[in-house]
Amino acid sequence: MSATAASPSAAVPGLGRRIGSLRKERRWALLTAYISLVVAAIVMLAPPFYMLITSLKTSAEISDLSGTPWIVRNPTLDNYWALISDPMFRGFFFNSVKITVCVVAITMVISVFAAFSLARMKFFGSGVLATGVFLTYLVPDTLLFIPLYQIVGNLGLLNSIWGLVLVYPTLTVPFCTWIMIGYFASIPKELDEAALIDGANWMQMLTRIFIPVALPGIIAATIFAFTVSWAAFVYPTAFITRPDEMPLTIGVVSQLIRGDTFAWGQLMAGALLAALPPVIVYAFLMDYYVAGLTAGATKG
Amino acid sequence: MAQVSIRKVVKEYEGGVQAVKGIDLEIADHEFVVLVGPSGCGKSTTLRMIAGLEEISGGEIAIGGGVVNDIPPRDRDIAMVFQNYALYPHMTVYDNMAFGLMLRKFDKAEIRRRVENAARILDIGMLLDRKPKALSGGQRQRVAMGRAIVRDPKVFLFDEPLSNLDAKLRVQMRTEIKKVHQTVKTTTIYVTHDQIEAMTLADRVVVMNHGVIEQVGPPTELYHRPATKFVAGFIGSPAMNFIPARLEHGSGALNIHLPDNIVLPVPEERRSRYASYAGKEVLFGIRPEHLTEIRPNDHRPNLAPLHLTPEVVEPMGMETLVHIWLQGTEISARIDPAIPAEPGRPLALAADMGQMHLIDPQTDRMI
Repeated sequence: MSATAASPSAAVPGLGRRIGSLRKERRWALLTAYISLVVAAIVMLAPPFYMLITSLKTSAEISDLSGTPWIVRNPTLDNYWALISDPMFRGFFFNSVKITVCVVAITMVISVFAAFSLARMKFFGSGVLATGVFLTYLVPDTLLFIPLYQIVGNLGLLNSIWGLVLVYPTLTVPFCTWIMIGYFASIPKELDEAALIDGANWMQMLTRIFIPVALPGIIAATIFAFTVSWAAFVYPTAFITRPDEMPLTIGVVSQLIRGDTFAWGQLMAGALLAALPPVIVYAFLMDYYVAGLTAGATKG
Repeated sequence: MAQVSIRKVVKEYEGGVQAVKGIDLEIADHEFVVLVGPSGCGKSTTLRMIAGLEEISGGEIAIGGGVVNDIPPRDRDIAMVFQNYALYPHMTVYDNMAFGLMLRKFDKAEIRRRVENAARILDIGMLLDRKPKALSGGQRQRVAMGRAIVRDPKVFLFDEPLSNLDAKLRVQMRTEIKKVHQTVKTTTIYVTHDQIEAMTLADRVVVMNHGVIEQVGPPTELYHRPATKFVAGFIGSPAMNFIPARLEHGSGALNIHLPDNIVLPVPEERRSRYASYAGKEVLFGIRPEHLTEIRPNDHRPNLAPLHLTPEVVEPMGMETLVHIWLQGTEISARIDPAIPAEPGRPLALAADMGQMHLIDPQTDRMI
């Protein structure tokens, strides 16, 4: 009897179990995957959903504890209008934008150059340096903010967004450099050798070959630097007390919580508005975040 | 003028490992030289030192008369084709080929003229707007060659360019490379581990082993007059048979005594050459193509008949390979596919003793 004609009830020799069905196994795998994904999605999306419905409620509805809190009875955009029309809130937003743009620019320039030299220009101590860069990322920022407070204070940059622009790269540069080292290292060595023979110098090799080819990595690093800078909470809390220099993250909290009074509706609206730019950046850049750009460079 | 001179060149890595041990080689203008040898023989390292991609630990390399030891790759006026193509994945075929010229500030019209000319030679005109990922392996390899041709360099360097292609395409591209060299006539140094590529492409073949040059010469010379056992075994496919033997005088002749009491006569014209080895252990070398069936009306002089029993028979279509074990030594013979051969059935074969080789087992050099 041929193998294909074997009855499903026959035992698999050596394995001691019955012959399975490929279709049935696939159905079970899919079912398990879907159940896990749905559970994960519910767990992940419940908080933002709760924020959204709270932000659409009036203060009276929020404090009314009768009935389920998951439903909005009288939806209103008042909380949003109150924030958007507030010049202070707009100030927080522009402070966050200014800090983030500067930090992302500084981070990318430093980490692309650093990663290129560490990944490709073999020099004495380059391996140790590469590891050292990563190790600095492992120091928790909650440990660093005390000495950094001293440094920023000595420079006279406390209560200034430029103090944050100076400090954030200490968080972003090591990690982004590490990501970029990985990307640059994955570019086949022959590509730079071909460029060297074609007549490129190191700078041309970086700008004409490495940056375009490692674009997915550069985008990943950019997203990381953007997120860290936009969402930072510990440093601005420590370094900034003047409302006109506050970024969005601490501005919303410090201005909408007065003593033990929480403006929940505006807090939620503010948090959602603050979360919007990262969502837009992710949605826009993910399209460019295409792995496999190196396909075709070499045999593969 | 683009001759390449390699004088006493050494490559030593950290830890004292010598990949290339002081080689000398003169490559003439327009010449096509193939460096061939097994993995780790130093052929690629030598090529990369010529390209400037590896520093030279000792000796001197000159291209077109000028010593280039300390000159960066971009100023050596060379072009290189890599094993895995090394095309820039974000650029079109046109830009890939034009990149080197753009960096050298050629004007646009000249770049276009050169790229189109190279595309015509390589028959890739219709691919100029494509990205590398949209090309097949063979097309990518052509583009890589195009990138070298447009530069019109003093020397082309090829580093195992066909190793990633399938067998059929490899043969086709081999012909293409030869055709391109006949058209552009640039001095070419080509590295491969495939001795058939070496034989078919080269004006001269350089056989390397363990960081030294074993022999340099035209392909036919290496095939017919190998200097060492290594060259004899490396050039030719299937490889030459080496059988432990003893040279003995007997009834006015010089005979080779092989295992299984097989005795073969040394041709008269070679007796004086081998006489001093009489009574000594030697290695008898004969290529499978010189160990054939006995053909009717065969007028080759020095044919010696012998009866052997094949253990494995491999029909190849145009010929049949038979493998015989002589007291632990495997030997192969190439016979006419029309001859019925099967394992275990004795076969009447003839050794063409005019094509035999004797090797001194002490030195592994030809006697």
